Amino acid sequence: MSFKLFNLLVQASVWTIGISAISIGLGFLIALGLSAALLSGKAFYRRPAQFFISFFRGVPLLVQLLLIYNLLPFIGLNVPSIVAAIIGMSLCTAAYQAENLRGGFKSVPRGLIEAADMVGFTPSQLFLRIKVPIALRLTFPALVNEAIMILKSSSLVSVVGIVEITRMAQDLASSTYMPIEIFSSAALIYLVICWSVALAGRYGERALPGVAK
Amino acid sequence: MMFDPGVILKHLPEIISGTGVTLALWIAGMVLGMFIGFVVATLRRYGGVMVDIPLGLVVEVLRGTPFLIQIFLVYYGGPFVGISLDPIPCGLLGLSIYAAAYYSEIFRAGYGAVPHGHVEAAECLGFSRLQVIRRILLPEMALIVLPPSVNLSVILLKESAVLSIITVPELTTTVSAIGSQEYAFLEAIFLLAVIYWVIVEAAARLGRFAESRFSTYRFSTP
Repeated sequence: MSFKLFNLLVQASVWTIGISAISIGLGFLIALGLSAALLSGKAFYRRPAQFFISFFRGVPLLVQLLLIYNLLPFIGLNVPSIVAAIIGMSLCTAAYQAENLRGGFKSVPRGLIEAADMVGFTPSQLFLRIKVPIALRLTFPALVNEAIMILKSSSLVSVVGIVEITRMAQDLASSTYMPIEIFSSAALIYLVICWSVALAGRYGERALPGVAK
Repeated sequence: MMFDPGVILKHLPEIISGTGVTLALWIAGMVLGMFIGFVVATLRRYGGVMVDIPLGLVVEVLRGTPFLIQIFLVYYGGPFVGISLDPIPCGLLGLSIYAAAYYSEIFRAGYGAVPHGHVEAAECLGFSRLQVIRRILLPEMALIVLPPSVNLSVILLKESAVLSIITVPELTTTVSAIGSQEYAFLEAIFLLAVIYWVIVEAAARLGRFAESRFSTYRFSTP
């Protein structure tokens, strides 16, 4: 296999990484809202959040992507397929991240919350200054795991026509008749990306301050 | 354009057969994956470094690459090395190997979680290594590995939808084909999502029930 073909796969990985990164970021913001709703005492907020999470964790990502890809034009939104892909991936990862964050928020030590309350923090200050940073620190390893899952799942956006690593590999494999070389190279690129994220995660975890239980 | 699920429902027999293929592939993949995964974990534990390192590398590669790429490699690459498989056996092979990699890690953690004293006690009583595995490690491990196994099983069920890309006639393939045939793709995908959702919820509930049912047998860790 020539260097040129391998290079095309590496170039396509920009899309894989880009889509995954945007989806993780957007998904995180949605997940913050969802986890707040999950922990809310009011069923009015909690129930829809539970429904959302159950749906997006219960349906294969491939089906979600097909659903969103076909649903958006149906409700009159003609957006490029990349937007549909990012929406699909963000909603999916949001459901998983929300469950992680919920666990993180629940494990914020009570003493810290009481202490902040004592020194006169308002509820929003308490949330932003105490709960969010500590929950983030506690769920950091889960976030890294989720990022790796999303990187791998992003191969599915190839079905809605986005030329990321997998789609590029498919196109190259059918035009060169070298599927073994092409798909192995694609696998290698995924491995390098996933291992880099895992390594960065482990480094980050050591660099971050610990939380006293 | 109208949203009319009725057009899809008249294809009920095909939908049921697709669901059957999905469930069969899922269960067969799970059982095979669990078996291979257990063998891999056992070999890695008792086989020495020469076995542990290569197997560990294979597991890491399988866990670090997308399932879709693995399937493509087997399905499109297989014929070039003399392995031409039809979509269903190819899908089953891919799903089992993928599952085995993850199950082997679950069993590895399970082996590690059984208190060492139990194994030592059995060795003192003259148990052979096979007896230790069969009488001590396996039964104690079964409870430890249950929750992650339930989790993985649900993931596998959802991953099996990916097999539609290599035209395995499972649920996703069947229902989306009906959708295009009836010009009702959105309705079809919607129904598809609901069917998966119901199966996944049922499987997850069954798993949670089993966990709470068997948790009474859990040994206490010192």
